[in-house]
Amino acid sequence: MFLVPDPVVRFFHRMASPPHFYAFTERLMPWLVVIFLLLTAAGLYGGLYLAPADYQQGDSYRIIYIHVPSAWMSLFIYVVMAIAGAIGLVWRIKLAEIVAISSAPIGASFTFIALFTGSLWGKPMWGTWWVWDARLTSELILLFLYMGVIGLYGAIDDKRVASKAVAILALVGVVNIPIIHYSVEWWNTLHQGPTVTKMDKPSIHVSMLIPLLLMALSFNVYYLIALIQRVRIELLQRERSSQWVKNKVLEVKQ
Amino acid sequence: MMKPARKQRLILIILMILGAGTATGFALKSFNENLMYFFSTTDVVEGKAPKDTLFRLGGMVIKGSVERPGDGMMVRFKLTDFSKEVSVEYTGILPDLFREGQGIVAHGKLNQQDVFIAEEVLAKHDENYMPPEVKGSLKNQPMPGKGE
Repeated sequence: MFLVPDPVVRFFHRMASPPHFYAFTERLMPWLVVIFLLLTAAGLYGGLYLAPADYQQGDSYRIIYIHVPSAWMSLFIYVVMAIAGAIGLVWRIKLAEIVAISSAPIGASFTFIALFTGSLWGKPMWGTWWVWDARLTSELILLFLYMGVIGLYGAIDDKRVASKAVAILALVGVVNIPIIHYSVEWWNTLHQGPTVTKMDKPSIHVSMLIPLLLMALSFNVYYLIALIQRVRIELLQRERSSQWVKNKVLEVKQ
Repeated sequence: MMKPARKQRLILIILMILGAGTATGFALKSFNENLMYFFSTTDVVEGKAPKDTLFRLGGMVIKGSVERPGDGMMVRFKLTDFSKEVSVEYTGILPDLFREGQGIVAHGKLNQQDVFIAEEVLAKHDENYMPPEVKGSLKNQPMPGKGE
């Protein structure tokens, strides 16, 4: 199917089975935490210490090492959530449904961090905490979409039904993603245009770019860690009457 | 091969996204004017900006145009979008990034002499980040990127 090598297909089939996923992620977690710590340490050291001050903004620009990766993650996690939701709708894979709903609070947090740090930077640089331009407004709508997903899921008791409703909401909201990304190009905005994510060469000096990319990687690994932990808990809750969970509990008790 | 039921669900989802996308596309197209955060100086010179109400004007502060007549807080400067120019007057504290050659967005209205009387001035940061030494060596060359 789709020219994917056989071992990869088999890996995903196994991962879709809750007990396998549970066991595999247990072994994976320490490695992820180590990678996350190394990347964060390198990114922060590079960004806050090694990277030079900006020619115009001085040291205040350093907030981009949190702001920009958070904003990227807010979009990326939304896309992951929508795709996982779609897989859940079409193939009825329980794990995909759980990945979708477990992504929502993480994405919402990153969206909040992006908005909050942007606001902190905006006051001294632009001269205002907030403006209703296309970029800021569409990012705020993203936060509301995440909160809508979380609220809708909580409002429906049958979690399999809730997952379907949430997936449809998430998929409709996908139209907001290109709007956020292109808002600074389609319309006049106070927010500046893209620095890194454009076809052209990035308009940021390489000494500032490398820590930024390290932070972006570190945020991705953090997402993976937070996602796996949430998925594991949700799996145990949903599968609480199945044999493998009972065995797990007995193992822990002994 | 996909089972027919799954295929049907997949097609439904794709249609739903296309539908939502098209509807949003039309909505954005019809509200295009309202989504613009500011008018350009060309809009103002061509009379496209509102006459008696407050609006936002964006552009680059022309080098050498900033003057402070009198010893108060009043600043006078010219904005350009590299085609038409508009004079702006503002009384108050300017943001950190306000300087000649920098993009700004001002909120205010035009007076009888077509001078823009600003009540608020916001600096628009561009997308360039570099250390001061690099900026120094670029001084006599055009800025990288669009440099709005």
